[in-house]
Amino acid sequence: MTAALRRTLRQFFDGDLWYSFRRSPTAMAAAVVAFACIFCALFAELVAPHNPMDLATLELADSRLPPAWLPEGSSKYLLGTDDQGRDILSAVIYGSRISLLVGVASVLASLAVGVSLGLLAGFVGGKTDAFIMRLCDVMLSFPSILVALLIDGVGRAVFPNAHEGLAFAVLIVAISLTGWVQYARTVRGSTLVERNKEYVQAARVIGVPTLRIMRRHVLPNVTGPVMVLATIQVASAILIEATLSFLGVGVPPTSPSLGTLIRVGNDLLFSGEWWITLYPGAMLVMIALSVNLLGDWLRDALNPKLR
Amino acid sequence: MMLKPTLLAAVLFLSCGMAGAVTLRVANQGDAQSMDPHSLNETLQLTFTGNVYEPLVGRDRKLGLAPILATEWKQTSPTVWRFELRKGVTFHDGTPFTADDVVFSLKRAAGEGSDMQSYTSPFKEVRKVGPLTIEIETLAPFPILPDVLTNVFMMSRKWCEENKAVIPVDRRKGIENTASFKANGTGPFRLKERQPSARTVLVRNGTYWGKIDGNVDEVIFTPIGSAPTRVAALLSGEVDVIEPVPLQDIERIKASPNLKVSQGPELRTIFLGMDQKRDELQFSSVKGKNPFKDKRVRQAFYQAIDIETIKNRVMRGASLPSALMVGPGIRGFTPEQNKRLPYDVDAAKKLLAEAGYPGGFEVGLNCPNDRYVNDADICQAVAANLARIGVKVNLQTETKNTYFPKILRRDTSFYLLGWTPSTYDAHNALTSLMATPTDKGQGQFNLGSYSNPKLDELTLKIQSETDQARRNAMIKEAFELHANDVGHIPLHQQALASAMKKNVDIVQLPDNFMPYKWVTVK
Repeated sequence: MTAALRRTLRQFFDGDLWYSFRRSPTAMAAAVVAFACIFCALFAELVAPHNPMDLATLELADSRLPPAWLPEGSSKYLLGTDDQGRDILSAVIYGSRISLLVGVASVLASLAVGVSLGLLAGFVGGKTDAFIMRLCDVMLSFPSILVALLIDGVGRAVFPNAHEGLAFAVLIVAISLTGWVQYARTVRGSTLVERNKEYVQAARVIGVPTLRIMRRHVLPNVTGPVMVLATIQVASAILIEATLSFLGVGVPPTSPSLGTLIRVGNDLLFSGEWWITLYPGAMLVMIALSVNLLGDWLRDALNPKLR
Repeated sequence: MMLKPTLLAAVLFLSCGMAGAVTLRVANQGDAQSMDPHSLNETLQLTFTGNVYEPLVGRDRKLGLAPILATEWKQTSPTVWRFELRKGVTFHDGTPFTADDVVFSLKRAAGEGSDMQSYTSPFKEVRKVGPLTIEIETLAPFPILPDVLTNVFMMSRKWCEENKAVIPVDRRKGIENTASFKANGTGPFRLKERQPSARTVLVRNGTYWGKIDGNVDEVIFTPIGSAPTRVAALLSGEVDVIEPVPLQDIERIKASPNLKVSQGPELRTIFLGMDQKRDELQFSSVKGKNPFKDKRVRQAFYQAIDIETIKNRVMRGASLPSALMVGPGIRGFTPEQNKRLPYDVDAAKKLLAEAGYPGGFEVGLNCPNDRYVNDADICQAVAANLARIGVKVNLQTETKNTYFPKILRRDTSFYLLGWTPSTYDAHNALTSLMATPTDKGQGQFNLGSYSNPKLDELTLKIQSETDQARRNAMIKEAFELHANDVGHIPLHQQALASAMKKNVDIVQLPDNFMPYKWVTVK
C-alpha cells in the first residue's frame, strides 16, 4: 500500500465523516444492509444457488413451487419458484444486480449532467441560465416515461440489432436523460444563493479562475440536497426501468430485474402465490430504504449548520 | 368523511334520475384500436365495433348465419351472389341505408389502408342492381361468401364523404381520421363517447330496426391492462363484466358468492411464425443466410418446444395443444390430422446440427404481453425450451399497440400470433395465414411469408369448390403440405374465460364475440 493511500485512509478515519458515522446506529445498520445487497449483487454467481439467466437450466415443470418450508415446497428452491420455474432466491439476487446497475448508473449519469448544467446556469447566469432553464422546462413538460420511451425508441431504431448489452446502455441513457432536470434545478437554486456569499466573492477578488471556484468552493456547498435527491432517484430509476420493461422497451423478460419480477408476481397475488412478488419486493424495499437512510445521514453529516 | 353522505346523495339522485336505465360496465384487457370497422381485422376490434356497425349477414347464437342488413341472399350464377337489403333501416344520423352504402362500404373494405382485404380479395365487382338490391361477382365460384361477409361492416357513404373518412384508418402507418373517433352505423348501439385507451361509452339505439333481446341501455367499456387490477375491479363491484379472467384467478372468483365465471373453448389457435422470405434474418446472429429457410431448422424449433408442460404450467391446463392451424369447431378440421410432432430435444439438436448449426444461433422473438392468454409467459417458456438446443432467443415482449403495427410491417424474424378464422372455415386460415402473400390480400397475415405454390393452388380451388367432401379432402391435403413444410409452429387453442356478477347474463361465442345486444342484467 502506498503512503498516499494510507494517508488518505487515515484522514478519512480521523475525519468528521467517520466520527459522525460511528455515532449513528441507523447509518451503520443501513450501511451493513446496503453493503450486503451490493455484495450479493456483485458476486451473484458465487452467492446464488442457481443461475436464473441461463434459460437452458430452467425447469418449467418446477414452476410456482412455494418456499421450501411449506408443503409442496422443494428443498432445491429455498424461497420457491416463479411462473417460469426460476428459483426466487437466485432471481432476486441476479435481479437486484440488474436493478442496482440500471439505478445507480442512470443516477450517476443524470447527476453528472444535471449538476454541471445546474452549476453553470446558477453561476454564469444570463443567457446561459435562461437557455438551460428553458430546456429544463421543456423536459419537465413531458412525462418522464414518455421521454424515456422516445429516447429508447430512437436508440432501438438506430441500432435495430441491439444485443442485450446495448439494450441496457440505451435504457440507462433513456432514464438518465429524463432525470437530470431535477438535479439541474436544485443545484441552480443553491448556487444562486452561494454565488453572492462572501467566500465566493473573496475567491473572485484574489483571482481564482471561475471553473475552480465552481468546483472547489460552490460545489461542496450545494451537494447536500443533491445527495438526498440522488438516493431517492435510485429507487425511482428502478421503478421507471420496471415500467419500461413492461412496455417492452426495457430489459428483456428473460433476464428479469427486480421490477420485472415484482410486476410478474403482482399478477399472481390474488391466486395466493404470494412468494413470487413478496421476496423481490422485500429486496427492493431493503435496497431503497438503506440507500435512503445512508443519504439522510450523509446530508446531515455534510451540512455544516448541523455540526 | 364529509364526502361520503354527499356522494351517497349524489348517487341516489342520479339513480333516481335515470330510473330503470341499465348500465353495463365492461373491463377488457385491451381497447379497440379504432372505431373504424375496416381498420384492423382483430377480434376485439370487430366485436366492439360490431355493436355500432353491422354486416349484411351476421351470426346467430349458434354461430349459424343470420340475416342482418340483408334479408335474403342467393347465388344467381356460380360466380354471382345477389343480396336483398333490409327496408327501413337508418343510420344513427338518420340517413336511410341503401345499396349505394353497401357498394361504397365493400369498396372501402377492399381499398387502400383496409385490413379487410383478405375477405374482399375474391371479389371481382360489386354492383347496385336496385335501390335495395346488390350483386357481388367473384373471380371464381365462392360458396362461402356469406360467411366471409359476416365481418365486413356497412358504413354510410354520405357520412364518410362529409367526414373525409372515405379511406380506412391505417393502423400500420398510424394514420387516423374522423372514423377513428366517431361512428355512424346502423347497429343496436350508438357511440356516445370515445377516449382511446381510457373509456368508451355506447348507448342503446332507440331507432334500431330490429328487436334488441338484452336490456342494456348504456355500456361503459374500460380497458384495464393489469390483470390483478381488473380482477380487483370486479371483486369490488366497480365493473360488471371482465374479460379475460387471468387463469390464476378463476378459482378465487368462483369462490365469491356474487360472481360467476363462464369458460369455454375458443376457436383461436396460437402459433409461432418464422421469416422465410428474407435472405438474411433481420434479428439474428446468422449473417448472409436465413436459417428459417431450412425446413430442418423449423422442425428442430417445433420439436424442441415442450407443449405439454406449457399447457400444464403456463396455461394451468386451460389449453388444447394443436398440430393444426385451426382448432375443433372450424369447418375443415380433421381430428386424425391433429397429431403433433413429438417433443424430442435430441432429435431437435440433431436436426439443427444437420442443417449446419450444431452450436445453435441467436434469434429475436417478438411477442405481445397483453393480447392472448399468458402470451409473454408462453414466449419465455419457448425461449427456455430453445435454449436447450443451443438457440439463444432474444425475447422482446411489448404491449399490443406497438406489437401489432410492428409485426404487420413484417419487422420481425420470429413472432407469436393467434388467429380465429372469422368465417369458421379452414379456408380463412389458409388464405390469410398460409397462402403466399400477394397484393390482392392473400397471405395478408402470413407475416413470415411461408410459401408453397401447391398450397396456393389448393387454396384457390377450395375457395370455389362447392362439393363438401371434395372440399374437405383438399383442405386436408393443404394442411398436410403445410405440416410437412413446418410452415408455422402451431402451439395450442386457448380457453376463453370471462367473469361477471351473478345477475348479468352474457352470450359469449367461441370466436370471442360478446354482442351487447344479447346481454341481460337482472
